[in-house]
Amino acid sequence: MKARVTVTLKTGVLDPQGKAIEGALRSLGITGIAGVRQGKFFEVEVDAADEAAAEATVKAACDRLLANTVVENYRVEIAR
Amino acid sequence: MKAAVVVFPGSNRERDVARALRLSGAEVTIVWHTETELPAGTDLAVLPGGFSYGDYLRCGAIAGRAHAMDAVRAHAARGGLVLGICNGFQILCESGLLPGVLMRNVNRRFICHRQTLRVERTDTAFTRAYARHQVIDVCVAHGEGNYFADPETLARIEGEGRVAFRYCDAAGGLTVEANRNGSLNAIAGIYSEARNVLGLMPHPENFVEGLVGGTDGRGLFESLAKAA
Repeated sequence: MKARVTVTLKTGVLDPQGKAIEGALRSLGITGIAGVRQGKFFEVEVDAADEAAAEATVKAACDRLLANTVVENYRVEIAR
Repeated sequence: MKAAVVVFPGSNRERDVARALRLSGAEVTIVWHTETELPAGTDLAVLPGGFSYGDYLRCGAIAGRAHAMDAVRAHAARGGLVLGICNGFQILCESGLLPGVLMRNVNRRFICHRQTLRVERTDTAFTRAYARHQVIDVCVAHGEGNYFADPETLARIEGEGRVAFRYCDAAGGLTVEANRNGSLNAIAGIYSEARNVLGLMPHPENFVEGLVGGTDGRGLFESLAKAA
């Protein structure tokens, strides 16, 4: 089973990289972008009996390593 | 004083910190990260600076979960002393031994310069050789030293007097210019609740001999040498 994990910075946490990208987009002349927040994306191959078990495993992986929950949120999607 | 310096793939300041410790009279052992125990009789565990695991995922994230960190955690729980410098501070935050996180510097640059710090308290095993609010001249070298914690955690750290050092100007003033990485409350280093664990971004081990520019870092190692 495949899981897709998206890790993003929590609202209110300063994202200097996102700000730099925003500036670069502006300098390219791409208008209409109000803001950029940079995050991380993981594709995880899970060996699990069912979707619920896969989700539990990947959530544990997020809590313990993939995300730092002090400043980051994560979202897990199990591919059907 | 018996010190164990824990080395991870990508650590690169272990020899400097070992030298600083030895100059102050400590006996130093270098410990590889796969070890599950610290040498018998270890008083102080040190996590040196560097780029453990190439800063993959997040600075200190992978090292923070290494086997040796279980031993460091157990040592800290017994009241043993732990010192994390630069990447070592990031590892301490990632391992849960210290609260908060070190984010990308607010100016997005790797900063590498001399830095003055204000010593916040002198009743700890790490800072007895300094005077309260003494301004010390050391160095910083990091890309991710911007200390962040949620408001509740920050209030707790401040309320419990757990800030060890703050970035300041030469006169001890906490100016915006002196806090170049953008840390909350100009925090350069913090203690654990029991004050036996210290993490700091600056490098006191750089300035222990006049020949290389300064000796203000020596006080930290001398304090530690006298602590056990």
